[in-house]
Amino acid sequence: MSHPSIVSEEEESREEIIGLLQGFSKGRENLIPILQTIQKRHSYVSGLAMKLVAEHLEISSSEVYGVATFYNQFRFHPPGRHQIRICLGTACHVVGGDIILENFERKLGIREGQTTPDREFSIERVACVGCCALAPVAIVDEATHGHMAPSRVEGIILGFQIEKERLEREKQAENSEEKELGENL
Amino acid sequence: MKLAGVDEAIVRHRQLVDRARRRRAEMEHRELPRIEIGMATCGLAAGAGATKEAFEEACAVNGLHFSINPVGCLGHCYAEPLVVIHNPGFPPICYHNVTPGKAKALVKAFLQEGDPLYEFVLGAMEENDLIPAVTDFPRFHLEKRVVMERCGVINPEAIDEYLAGGGYSGLLKAIQVSPDAVIEEIIQSGLRGRGGAGFPTGRKWRLARDAGGSHKFIICNADEGDPGAYMDRTLLESNPHQLLEGMVIAAYAIGADRGIVYVRAEYPLAVERMRTAIRQAVEYGLLGKGILGTDLDFECTLFEGSGAFVCGEETALIESLEGKRGMPRHRPPYPVQKGFRSLPTVINNVKTLSSIPHILKHGARWYSGIGSPASPGTAIFSVVGKVVHPGLVEIAMGTTLRTLIFDICGGVPNHRRFKAVQIGGPSGGCLPESFLDTPIDFDSLTKAGAMMGSGGIVVMDEDDCIVDVTRYFLDFTQKESCGKCTFCRIGTLHLLNGLHRMTRGEGRDTDMEMLRTLSEEIKEGSLCGLGKTAPNPVLTTLKYFPEEYEAHVAEKRCPSMRCRALTAFYIDLDLCARGCDACVGSCPVEAIFTTVSRKKAIDQAKCVKCGECVSACPPEYNAVLKVSPPQLAPVVERPKEE
Repeated sequence: MSHPSIVSEEEESREEIIGLLQGFSKGRENLIPILQTIQKRHSYVSGLAMKLVAEHLEISSSEVYGVATFYNQFRFHPPGRHQIRICLGTACHVVGGDIILENFERKLGIREGQTTPDREFSIERVACVGCCALAPVAIVDEATHGHMAPSRVEGIILGFQIEKERLEREKQAENSEEKELGENL
Repeated sequence: MKLAGVDEAIVRHRQLVDRARRRRAEMEHRELPRIEIGMATCGLAAGAGATKEAFEEACAVNGLHFSINPVGCLGHCYAEPLVVIHNPGFPPICYHNVTPGKAKALVKAFLQEGDPLYEFVLGAMEENDLIPAVTDFPRFHLEKRVVMERCGVINPEAIDEYLAGGGYSGLLKAIQVSPDAVIEEIIQSGLRGRGGAGFPTGRKWRLARDAGGSHKFIICNADEGDPGAYMDRTLLESNPHQLLEGMVIAAYAIGADRGIVYVRAEYPLAVERMRTAIRQAVEYGLLGKGILGTDLDFECTLFEGSGAFVCGEETALIESLEGKRGMPRHRPPYPVQKGFRSLPTVINNVKTLSSIPHILKHGARWYSGIGSPASPGTAIFSVVGKVVHPGLVEIAMGTTLRTLIFDICGGVPNHRRFKAVQIGGPSGGCLPESFLDTPIDFDSLTKAGAMMGSGGIVVMDEDDCIVDVTRYFLDFTQKESCGKCTFCRIGTLHLLNGLHRMTRGEGRDTDMEMLRTLSEEIKEGSLCGLGKTAPNPVLTTLKYFPEEYEAHVAEKRCPSMRCRALTAFYIDLDLCARGCDACVGSCPVEAIFTTVSRKKAIDQAKCVKCGECVSACPPEYNAVLKVSPPQLAPVVERPKEE
């Protein structure tokens, strides 16, 4: 069962997905492009989205589910705010890419393919990002980190946490300032 | 039968080329410094974006005028980000590993003061008296560049740059003769499909031409799935028009009116550049209705593949285009007779189609003169793993593995010993040192038990475990098996389980025999190329490296000390320095503790064997040692807390 907050998010996306579907004709050949469009927009394909696609193409939702799960590209739950992708191509494997993956998993307490409960981080494995000379490689959000070492994992995560705390502090400071201002008035 | 409007086409093509050359000449005439930055995926990953910004910023600060041209990839991954600077008065100079800091230094020293900063130079791009040319290095001059000739030299997003170099003149040659003559030329050239299996391209086209019908498809297979091969992506990102030209020629030869480029969605930059290229070609009248004013109609679209290794198989690719699960179909009927939408369909690999314009331009005789008689032409390999100069290498077929690995790519780094080379990715095989003098072509590799496959080459040294690498490839093919054939679906899982057991020290005496027989059975019981080749890594390693398997199974020992369950780290108390704390902070799991003698020791129960403490230990002590099997590590008790 999905978390209630996710279910309500999915409901909110209903109208938008129906809108997206209007751009496609009902041919079966459109199935994969439709799923790709939905994922591009919502960063994952929800159960509800698959149901709507099935209705639009007039095929069973199990057909849609079968195709969507066949391909590696599609995600079925929302990724975290920060996406960590670990390259496990051949070059990265021979220099210990799996150790890097394990370190991220241990540090965040989730497995590859999962998202942390606070939806801050998610971990994915990817096959070759194509900078084999930099192996092992981790891609965090948009930044590529080459020559990764287990000891750098902690630093990367810590960096995000510090940033988050800083933003929260600033927000609090702003709030309290506003409050003070309100009291003074 | 001649195509109507050919004379018109010659004139139009001439005009396009002339205009492109004029534009280029105008740019060169201005005598401003030009900076070319390799901005394909690999360059960007290495930081080419930041380097470009640094150049722009430094030039703005210093008030310099110049132009920056984002080009594709030269294939020299070890040197990324790669920059070529054309400074008037100097030969074009290539700089390697240009960080933003180096970029700023180059602007100041080279562009302002005329000092080329020799310490950052890789080489000059042409012969001169000042700086050694890159062509003097084996990494450059032993290569034979045909398909990759313009990669990293031209801006892939500017059709004019492709035209200025004589682009689309292969197409012009093709339409001046009959389609049959084009097919005959390709047959004569001996070109074989570069997707891996090596089927003669000319014969495929012949079959499709003869298939009849008014609508046919030409599909470019750019669904590169091998986790370590990226030459197709580089070709799409660095020279997309070369591919389009090849597709139009193919369309003319077989009589196709629609084309599809099937690109992996994981290659966003390739998708974007291909879209740009298609749009530009349509604008220039090189694609679409009435190409160059002739009767030739050919429309080309792009389809984003969703990431399934099996879709590299032609019938699976067609299924996926039709919106289904990408599961291979029975053949016959072959796609050339009944393919996409049940119409005759030719599916060719990116490298195959990219070779076509060159064959038409220079003739079949020229092409068949390159490489070996049975496998003419060039091959592109992505050489990765334990080599000094990893990257993309295009060589003539028939070059030996030794030349490729040791002469071109610089051999194994850090004075380690070469152990094996894995060719052809998950469907290929692993060859030992005794095969280094094997010429690389389709037939000799198949004979050795490997395969050309995607062209991925992984070099392994003595620190790499053969069993572990085999397990890695099996893990990949097992996940990617589409599940249609029982032997492939369940058989590969059993192979994988067997290999898992071995790497964890739980191997059974019967496991080696099981791997061997099951591998043969999977090969026989599978429909498509994926299942038929999936056991190749297992079979070749069992054949050439039986002693590694025996050590894992019988002695529970990993000879290369790679399999983590079979190794242990410990700190030699004689070497460890009293009071030194270097390793403690490096351990991600706090497994290192202080002994009663104030030296350090590792808690084996906590250790995850990441090897960080080895790098952290100062080289003058080098006290962290690795052993296999793990029982060899001496046990040190953690002192009781008071």
